[in-house]
Amino acid sequence: MSTRVIQFREALREAMSEEMRRDDRVFLMGEEVAEYNGAYKVSEGMLKEFGERRIIDTPIAELGFAGVGVGAAMVGLRPIIEFMTFNFSLVAIDQVINSAAKMMSMSGGHFGAPMVFRGPSGSAGQLSSQHSQCFESWYANCPGLKVVTPSTPRDAKGLLKSAIRDDNPVVFMESEQMYGLKGEVPEDSEFLIPIGKADIKKAGTDVTVISFGKMVHVAMDACIELEKEGISCEMIDLMSLRPIDYDTLIESVKKTNRAVVVEESWPLASMSGELAYMIQKRAFDYLDAPVIRVNSMDVPLPYAPTLIQAYLPNKQRTIEAIKQVMYRN
Amino acid sequence: MANKTATKTKAEYSKELCLHWYEEMLLQRKFEEKCKQLYGQQKINGFLHLYIGQEAISSGIESAIRKDDYVITAYRDHGNAIVRGIHPNEVMAELFGKNTGCSRGKGGSMHMFSKEHNFLGGHGIVGGQIPLGAGVGFAIKYRGEDNVCVAMMGDGAVRQGALHEAFNLAMTWKLPVLFVCENNMYAMGTSVERTSNVTDIYKLGSAYEMPSKAVDGMNIMTVYEETKAAVEHIRSGKGPVFLEMKTYRYQGHSISDPGKYRTKDEVDEFKEKDPILILKSYIMENGFADDAAFDAIDERVKTAVQASVDFAEASPYPAPHELYEDVYVENDYPFIKD
Repeated sequence: MSTRVIQFREALREAMSEEMRRDDRVFLMGEEVAEYNGAYKVSEGMLKEFGERRIIDTPIAELGFAGVGVGAAMVGLRPIIEFMTFNFSLVAIDQVINSAAKMMSMSGGHFGAPMVFRGPSGSAGQLSSQHSQCFESWYANCPGLKVVTPSTPRDAKGLLKSAIRDDNPVVFMESEQMYGLKGEVPEDSEFLIPIGKADIKKAGTDVTVISFGKMVHVAMDACIELEKEGISCEMIDLMSLRPIDYDTLIESVKKTNRAVVVEESWPLASMSGELAYMIQKRAFDYLDAPVIRVNSMDVPLPYAPTLIQAYLPNKQRTIEAIKQVMYRN
Repeated sequence: MANKTATKTKAEYSKELCLHWYEEMLLQRKFEEKCKQLYGQQKINGFLHLYIGQEAISSGIESAIRKDDYVITAYRDHGNAIVRGIHPNEVMAELFGKNTGCSRGKGGSMHMFSKEHNFLGGHGIVGGQIPLGAGVGFAIKYRGEDNVCVAMMGDGAVRQGALHEAFNLAMTWKLPVLFVCENNMYAMGTSVERTSNVTDIYKLGSAYEMPSKAVDGMNIMTVYEETKAAVEHIRSGKGPVFLEMKTYRYQGHSISDPGKYRTKDEVDEFKEKDPILILKSYIMENGFADDAAFDAIDERVKTAVQASVDFAEASPYPAPHELYEDVYVENDYPFIKD
């Protein structure tokens, strides 16, 4: 499959544009997506190609336009609703949780909500507490949704195309800090990555390191560093947080007997808590050490750089966690 | 939109239409009176919000739109479900929680749906359905169709931000949506006067320059005329209209509400303006039906209501495995079961 190197934002744009060329029911709606070319330039040029019928600027009214998306999806369109960040999705969360996620079930199958809610999530520099949050586990908690968190341009494209084609509502969480990330992306317009499959980003034998989204890069840096010290890490990128590909990670833990989870959210009721539960449930007899997690600190993210440094998961903390499960301190 | 006087002169409405309205309104009334009784017997459980007193609105709107138009409403939805065309058997079975219910026993009283009848529910979060209605309008316009979506709400919902965001979007994009507020004067137990400085709810539309009007929701002929005029305006591509239909619910907010926040006199006063009685007078004045004809309608309605109860009683509850159906479109979603 021929590839070329493009940015993460370009991969997202390609995915949306290809799917819009393929299916007239798909449209993009959100703040600054059209004339401004996207707050983070993800949708640059799309207004020019698709016109204002399909690339739609909204007022700052997330509850309203998220609901418009759900209503349109109920009667057969396939909206892509962009949140400028998922921090702002909280004023629209009623429509994501109470409308989109419930529609199939409460209507007994009469109506669904085939649509994508997408945008960046997590910290992105010194933005302080309201603009730096991770709500992956909030959305992953809710049946009726699918939740996808790509970490590379390749995965972003393949997964977003699958999300747009999916007949269920999909929450697709990106990162401002990854939009400029470059990587090899297939040119094939039918390149799709299935939702619900994890990806072993690096094979290893000593310890299973599990992460998703932007934190995959932090975890991978730690794994590469530890190779030099003779610790072989198997790095698993979950990619989908609902559903989770438990089989792949349990199989890995049964081989390595150790697991570390790296995640940007706060620790309580996080993805890492769920993963640790499932690992102890399904691989208890294989574990040689408790599962350790590396999360952000249990406080709102402040502004000062020193406090951000003290808050976020990083390579050093990940290395320490891996060494802890290896009893190599 | 046309600003003509709604109630027309005598015999403007055909015998067929009047008798259709009468029977349909009576069916809703008797169906829900039976529901109340069945709730007492614990055949129906959970929340039960009755529509009794408001039937002129559901029937009046339904006769003024096309079957391929869309209707979405809140949780006081039995009336709209029936007039949209869902068989009373399926509505009753849903209330019983049976798998023959229109929502397969997964929705209950608040969540009646029918794809076949373009009835989009049945929504339980106050005001949440208003942006959905705008979204249906968006889809209609996107596809270049000439349908309209009727998005209904109670007077409580108009204080939600969702209404204002949806109104703004619908006017900005000229979406083919008829927003209808059924103002029954109480948001649960809180009177309209206690919820805002603006008590003429139709005036909320003016903030968005949306054509808006107050309508007597107890007179089906008025509801019909005003809806027809509004829908004509909307179908011509001029964008949404907001109608405040003034009505009254005789029952409490839900079955568990004794309604102590209002006086018996107030309830009695509105019962004198009963929408079914108003129509019945019109029918009698015009000689459209005699006692025998009314008796025959009563009998048909009674039979239909009893048949719906029999159907619901005889239907099975959903089997445990149905828990995992209708959550995702695919049937092999890997639910966590351990």
